[in-house]
Amino acid sequence: MEHGTSTEWVEDGASEYKAKLGVRMFIMFVIVYTGFILINSLNPKLMGIDIGKVNLAFFYGIGLIIYALILATIYNYLCTKKENEMAIKNQVNNK
Amino acid sequence: MKYEASTLAVMIFLAIVAFVLFISYYFAKKSQSSDSYYKAGGNIHWAVNGIAFAGDYLSAASFLGIVGMISMVGYDGFLYSIGYLSGWIVALFVVAEPMKKLGKYTFTDALDSKFNSKGIQLFAALSTLIVSIFYLIPQMVGAGSLIEPLLGIPYWWGVIIVGTLVVIIVATAGMKSTTYVQFLKGGLLIIFSMIITIMILRNGINTTPDSQNGDYHQFVELEVISISGDNLVLEDDLVVIDRTIKTENYWYVVIPGDEYETIWEVDQEHMVLKETLFITDKADGSILYNGAPREEAQFFLVGHMSEVDGSSDTSTGPVGVFEFIQLIKEGTLVRWGKDVVHDGDDIITIFYQIETKGSDVLVPGLQFKVDPAKGATIWNQLDFISLMLALFLGTAGLPHILIRYYTVKSPAAARKSTIIAILAIGFFYVLTMFMGLGAMVNGSIDLSNSNMSAPLLAKGFGIFIFSIISAIAFATVLGTVSGLIVASSGAVAHDIMDRFLNIKMTDKQKVAAGKITAIVVGIIAMILGILFQGMNVSYLVGWAFAVAASANLPAIIMVLFWKKTTAKGVVASISVGLLSSMLIILLSQTTIDGIYHLVDVTSIVPINNPAIVSVPLAFITIVVVSLLTKKKDDKTETLAGV
Repeated sequence: MEHGTSTEWVEDGASEYKAKLGVRMFIMFVIVYTGFILINSLNPKLMGIDIGKVNLAFFYGIGLIIYALILATIYNYLCTKKENEMAIKNQVNNK
Repeated sequence: MKYEASTLAVMIFLAIVAFVLFISYYFAKKSQSSDSYYKAGGNIHWAVNGIAFAGDYLSAASFLGIVGMISMVGYDGFLYSIGYLSGWIVALFVVAEPMKKLGKYTFTDALDSKFNSKGIQLFAALSTLIVSIFYLIPQMVGAGSLIEPLLGIPYWWGVIIVGTLVVIIVATAGMKSTTYVQFLKGGLLIIFSMIITIMILRNGINTTPDSQNGDYHQFVELEVISISGDNLVLEDDLVVIDRTIKTENYWYVVIPGDEYETIWEVDQEHMVLKETLFITDKADGSILYNGAPREEAQFFLVGHMSEVDGSSDTSTGPVGVFEFIQLIKEGTLVRWGKDVVHDGDDIITIFYQIETKGSDVLVPGLQFKVDPAKGATIWNQLDFISLMLALFLGTAGLPHILIRYYTVKSPAAARKSTIIAILAIGFFYVLTMFMGLGAMVNGSIDLSNSNMSAPLLAKGFGIFIFSIISAIAFATVLGTVSGLIVASSGAVAHDIMDRFLNIKMTDKQKVAAGKITAIVVGIIAMILGILFQGMNVSYLVGWAFAVAASANLPAIIMVLFWKKTTAKGVVASISVGLLSSMLIILLSQTTIDGIYHLVDVTSIVPINNPAIVSVPLAFITIVVVSLLTKKKDDKTETLAGV
């Protein structure tokens, strides 16, 4: 049975770049997430230390969410930039 | 707590139902092809898809469950928020674009794109069905338990109404109407959660919560003059103690009242009797709340701080975001412990007061036993790590989330919609912390049902916001269940009937097969919802994540990033992940206690969350089996393009 992919997929030439970038940024997040889980499970008392008006638990927890948002935004910016570059390159080549 | 349905709540609920039916009717005629049915034609705008992701993902468990949990145990509930959000990082950086690039309608398509293997088609479809059913049950139970207090109609009506609406949504216009229902619900949920958070901060913290839930109960203490053996002498000699109930750690006394008995906890350290709340399961099957039938409304709401800013009688007025956290951190809260005792033939669940320092509420430990200083073992710590691993890896393995990648035009749109989802969901999860703590200090906790904290918090701010939040909570169930049914329908009609069994069907017949499957799955969901009534199903969502992380994610990652992966390796990995995670779950202590209700049975498995064992096992399986079944002429490129 014929079974095509979801769209007529045109290789954007940026796939390899995006996949490598994704893996790197994934590792950047995993390091910080692992740190969070390890402190929570091995030394929960440390989470109680004050950081300004809040404590480390609140700071690190909300910080982790904000960190994810920032990484996601940077990733999208870099991917879009690369896609545009490749699109221009393709246009030039076609001409 | 006695719930009365408000007319406004019913009207807003009906408006949402009408809107949902309108969307389904509107798109029904435009959704005749299988492309339209399974993936909304693949032309949903990425921004709409992003919010629909949020609507799909933020289930009743996220909204009602997490807010309720934070209101009971503080920071530990918030750890779920962090885990659920972090899972989207895996979705964005690892699976979003390749999933879109490789699949057609279901995640099975993407896994199978390189192999065209019957084994993958069958096992990935089975895994989709199992994960989706685990996820469906708590949603249906949630629907039933919500409708009772909110609309004043019986539990099973809630299940049937939700089931019927969802079948209409899915069977008329498939993914298209599902998308717009999820978009609407995701957007409303986030906007109104923000409004509630602003109200919490404007309201500040009062030692006697001031809300529209009626006057907050004034807790009193009775002074004890002396204790000898089981005999207490009270300062007020008019108070008579009827009988004593003792447990391993606590001592309670029953005091007869004019109308109803009350139960008090004996605090030997401070020489006082403290008020408790209690639910009595009578031998004749009736249930009493604080000694009275539910209609008498004797079972009051709780949740307050006994000391704020150094004072036991104060009101702070409006506070800032960080100031709110600081006031809680430096104050004292009254939380509630739970004890189950036998009193003659009756079984009484007693809720007793626990004065807790705010600084302890804002660190892990009240729910998860992780601190060795408080008796946590290495297994407790591993169990916690295992849960956080499942939440992290589970999201990108949830079939109902993955199918949303096929509703957009391109991999770039899939990526962009994931980013919108992360922004929306991340923002919402930050708000859960404030809503949970807000319920904890604003007298919004119904100890008989912690899932009601969010709606009750809203009720404290007025009937209008309560009505809207209740209706949104309903829409929340509708949105998530629709997504699950589309995913299950794709697994049966597309993966199994069309691909695995190779049944020849025209495009129209494929759509019909999908719709019939949706109706059947919808009916099964209703039956399960009614069967599981009253069961504590909150951990089923956690299980769905664990099974998805174990059965689906290792296969997805290896297919994308390891060129030596073989079809047999994928099938073995899915089977091992599925079986090992389910086996650990079914043998775990939580299941023995909460589902089988076996007393004094200790599990042979030392952890409740399987991911820490089952995920590595699935990875090892795929590597070993792939190497054993490798053919020499394998392609040298990975699918992710690395």
